[in-house]
Amino acid sequence: MDFVNQLQRKFIDYSSSLHREGIVDDQFTQLRKLEDENSPHFVMEVASLFFEDCEKLINNMAIALEQKQGVDFKQIEECIHQLKGSSSSIGAMRVKNACIAFRSFSGAQNREGCLRCLQQLSHEYSLLKNKLQTLFRVSVASRCLYVCLVIFCRGNEHAEPFPDVLVFQLEKQIVAAGGSIPRVH
Amino acid sequence: MLYQIMDGDYGGSCGGCSEDMTVEFGYEPHVLAVDDNLIDRTLVEKLLKNSSCKVTTAENGLRALEFLGLGSDERNSLEGTVSKVNLVITDYCMPGMTGYELLKKIKESSVLKEVPVVIMSSENIPTRINQCLEEGAQMFMLKPLKQSDVKQLKRHLMKYRS
Repeated sequence: MDFVNQLQRKFIDYSSSLHREGIVDDQFTQLRKLEDENSPHFVMEVASLFFEDCEKLINNMAIALEQKQGVDFKQIEECIHQLKGSSSSIGAMRVKNACIAFRSFSGAQNREGCLRCLQQLSHEYSLLKNKLQTLFRVSVASRCLYVCLVIFCRGNEHAEPFPDVLVFQLEKQIVAAGGSIPRVH
Repeated sequence: MLYQIMDGDYGGSCGGCSEDMTVEFGYEPHVLAVDDNLIDRTLVEKLLKNSSCKVTTAENGLRALEFLGLGSDERNSLEGTVSKVNLVITDYCMPGMTGYELLKKIKESSVLKEVPVVIMSSENIPTRINQCLEEGAQMFMLKPLKQSDVKQLKRHLMKYRS
């Protein structure tokens, strides 16, 4: 169990560092509060939608800024508006701030400024994606490990008994995460 | 029946101490959530479902009107029927039809005008807020939304009903 505690500690520390570094803000915490037994992976699911959306918008803006015959700044502003909204809703603070900076260059129709902002935005997005994916991996790993230990303890008559309800809930979680329950005889 | 419950006297506690809308409304209120942003739509749907609401989402004003039976080809086919929904919550900034324009269309309908409409926006612009409230919006909410905002919305709707 000590190993599981260490892993859970890692998760808490990593999560705190994300907040300290400004990668995520309080809205991200709000999202985590929405998870329950019916939707234990809500944050991961919304984050995936956000990653897809973000990549598409960054791509569209890159293309728009390439146009030799003239940059459609209105389209860029629309993309920024969408991205600022989504990043704000999931609590991706640095991405949101990058959008705010971007907006002023786009409003001034400054192509060079926009190209720099797009680069900054891409950088913040990559950082966010890497960090969140790491966070999710640690979260799923600790949950799986916990369930395995619980099941092992159940099969081991010398270990402490676990409440069946808890084991059932944890088993449901592991299956929902795509895993399978090892049969212990 | 749904129309009447929103407007009439609903005997029961209005203390707002229950977390669950089912208790306050007596059943699951049906909310239509309108937003062109997928992430925002997903979030508002989850917030509402966590408060025991039945939720239908629409990605723009036109789809919302179609769902409500006010589509352009339906004209006045709604005469004499009741509203499918107990609440409409819509984003302000949407391409095509804004949330404000959607609000106006709902308030112009004899069947739907009593349905509370809540406007959401990421921007805190007093003239925009006043414009919506004057047009009959029940409430204006700033994004990003959180669980406490939905609780506040519930309390506000309870006061409005009694």
